[in-house]
Amino acid sequence: MGFDGGLELERQDTIDAPGRPMTGPVVDASGLCLTFQTGDGPVHALSDVDLRIGKGEFVSFIGPSGCGKTTLLRVIADLEKPTGGSITVNGVSPEEARLNRAYGYVFQSASLYPWRTIERNIALPLEIMGVSKSERAARIERVLDLVDLSSFGKKFPWQLSGGMQQRASIARALSFDADLLLMDEPFGALDEIVRDHLNEQLLTLWKRTDKTICFVTHSIPEAVYLSTRIVVMSPRPGRVTEIIDCPLPRDRPLDIRETPDFLEIAHRVREGLRAGHSYDE
Amino acid sequence: MTATRKRDRILPVCVVVAAIIAIWYGFTVYLNAPWQLDVYEKAGRDWTITDLVRDTMAQDRPVLPAAHQVFQEIWATTVEKRITSKRSLIYHGWITLSATLLGFLFGTVLGIVLAVSIVYSTALDKSLMPWIITSQTIPILAIAPMVIVVLNAVGLSGVLPKALISTYLSFFPIVVGMVKGLRSPSAIELDLMRTYNASRFQTFWKLRWPRSIPFLFTSMKVAVAISLVGAIVGELPTGAVAGLGARLLAGSYYGQTIQIWSALLSAAALAAILVMLVGLAQTIVLRSMGQRPEGGTT
Repeated sequence: MGFDGGLELERQDTIDAPGRPMTGPVVDASGLCLTFQTGDGPVHALSDVDLRIGKGEFVSFIGPSGCGKTTLLRVIADLEKPTGGSITVNGVSPEEARLNRAYGYVFQSASLYPWRTIERNIALPLEIMGVSKSERAARIERVLDLVDLSSFGKKFPWQLSGGMQQRASIARALSFDADLLLMDEPFGALDEIVRDHLNEQLLTLWKRTDKTICFVTHSIPEAVYLSTRIVVMSPRPGRVTEIIDCPLPRDRPLDIRETPDFLEIAHRVREGLRAGHSYDE
Repeated sequence: MTATRKRDRILPVCVVVAAIIAIWYGFTVYLNAPWQLDVYEKAGRDWTITDLVRDTMAQDRPVLPAAHQVFQEIWATTVEKRITSKRSLIYHGWITLSATLLGFLFGTVLGIVLAVSIVYSTALDKSLMPWIITSQTIPILAIAPMVIVVLNAVGLSGVLPKALISTYLSFFPIVVGMVKGLRSPSAIELDLMRTYNASRFQTFWKLRWPRSIPFLFTSMKVAVAISLVGAIVGELPTGAVAGLGARLLAGSYYGQTIQIWSALLSAAALAAILVMLVGLAQTIVLRSMGQRPEGGTT
């Protein structure tokens, strides 16, 4: 743990910074259920989900399509209302958290507004939140630098590659400094090499900003590489089958993915997913 | 690269124009021949095909005037007449154009206001839309005289009644297009606004409105063309004092086919110019909104 010392210090700094009160868990769900009423009868998207996510954690949700991982993220974001159980975000209801602009959400597609330049896309949440013009400019510059897009602010989205667009959308989610980042398969549509690169950048960013990140993914290596904990989910009804700790060091070069530790965790995740599947068949 | 593309576009247009003019001249001879043959018979003179072709293209009141007669008339009534003259096409064109533009402006504003109300209120969506569609099933020729007469009775005359008929026609494509445009943001784009806790007005102004701009311009192209139709129709029942519609009506009273055709072609040209101007504005605005240069929707 020796090389973690410096980082601990850095994190201590941010935690002690004024205006950031230390509280309990960032996300606390118990017995959470969500049933969609459809024409073909009820669909149990989430069933009895218990989950606590602490501050500064990087939690991945992994599972096959239809296991409710995106739904769970959307419940945390107050984009869906649960039909049972309880959930708090930053100690308050998800709705209140949303009204407080407690989180930044990164969607599966970059969903940049095509009529705005990258800069103005990042400015969008700031404009809505009433941030002054000079403050906006400063923040745009900072987050563009954070995602390594400094010279692309004046470009329109279509002038950027898919990976760059997704980075811009992450910058947009970071711009208003929410402590919680919700990411719904942000790199799902990108090719392997771009994806590796963005995963690396995301980890760096997480270490630098001390944000809590909830990350939905299909990919086992991605989940193991990024996370401090991995939530394995299974479909019909969407539930959590296993929560796997991922005690790799915070500094993770890409080739950590070939170490025995890494492979061991990946194996456990795969076993967990398989167990969920056999239930289904 | 662009030069060849331009040539590829100009050539087909020229071929079509040439074909239309050729067919036009063919029909000029064919349709005007019976009257011309009558004249020859009464005068008891011999005629050749050359005579017939030449004379059918030079009648005073032909059934179908030749292209060059119409263009001569347009030239004479635009370039060679003072603009203030009652016989100047530019004078009449301006009368019609002013009503068209005013009606188009009203129609666009009315259309946008109605579309916004429909998108933001389910009650209005259900109650208003059927009436808007019904309004367009009533023939404008039946309504126009009543509108003019009623408005005259309350002391409104001149450009406004005609503009209102233009409005009546032009608001419709704007409503339909804008309702579609304002509803075009994707679920993710709307969710994004929700995560920012954006107000309804912010969602409108920063998402729905810019999203609908391409729809607005497409609708405006249709609207400006039928606005002109509305203004011309609005001129017919007033006793035809001034305007392109008046020229059409006066021409048909006195059997001045050349005058009718020149007014007709001027109206068509005016419509084409208006649509092109809207198209130009569309290109400029959408370009400034980051549209790809090669992906133009014109």
